[in-house]
Amino acid sequence: MDVLERIDQQVKNNPIVIYMKGTPQFPQCGFSMRASAALQECGVPFAYVNVLQDREIFESLPRYADWPTFPQVYIDGELVGGCDITLELHANGELKKMMEAAAHKAEQVETPTS
Amino acid sequence: MNRKQRIEEALQTALSPLHLEVIDESHNHNVPEGAESHFKVVVASEAFGGQGLVGRHRLINRLLAQELGGGLHALALHTWTPEEWFEKGGVARESPQCLGGSKAG
Repeated sequence: MDVLERIDQQVKNNPIVIYMKGTPQFPQCGFSMRASAALQECGVPFAYVNVLQDREIFESLPRYADWPTFPQVYIDGELVGGCDITLELHANGELKKMMEAAAHKAEQVETPTS
Repeated sequence: MNRKQRIEEALQTALSPLHLEVIDESHNHNVPEGAESHFKVVVASEAFGGQGLVGRHRLINRLLAQELGGGLHALALHTWTPEEWFEKGGVARESPQCLGGSKAG
């Protein structure tokens, strides 16, 4: 699969995904650490991609997103922003609401009521 | 002209900001002296009116594309309209310390 298709699937198949340097447990960049910590503090499960482990994604994501730096946070298929925006949204309480709404929406898609 | 001056000039010209601070924070990171790799920009401008944060950051990233492609490794952005800037009382968050991951990139 083409790398851009791979990114597209990750972004669309996960209600919340962060592309970061390192992992939420072992972040390898201060900006990635802060952004993933903000997501964790919201208490909603999220996916992550360690871009240091995937050179193709590391090189192609900036082009896909029209966003030159890491981390990048996607909620409900849309780029929410990097570290600064994620922290801003966390500080004003929006981040948790956005994450909960995306998780709820994904659940409904997976388990349709008959 | 060093990178700080080039960034200031590019943003001054394009955004006519009410407030502009460009801070070289490279010394906080694991890079050689004079690397000019990590910067923080605090900017308040009318140009951000009607735009979300993603739009504002994309605008600045575009204005600084040449720098980002040429050794500018991290760019912390704090963007406000003049109204938001006055409401906030004009304070921007401290940037994080380095954890060493830049070497892998």
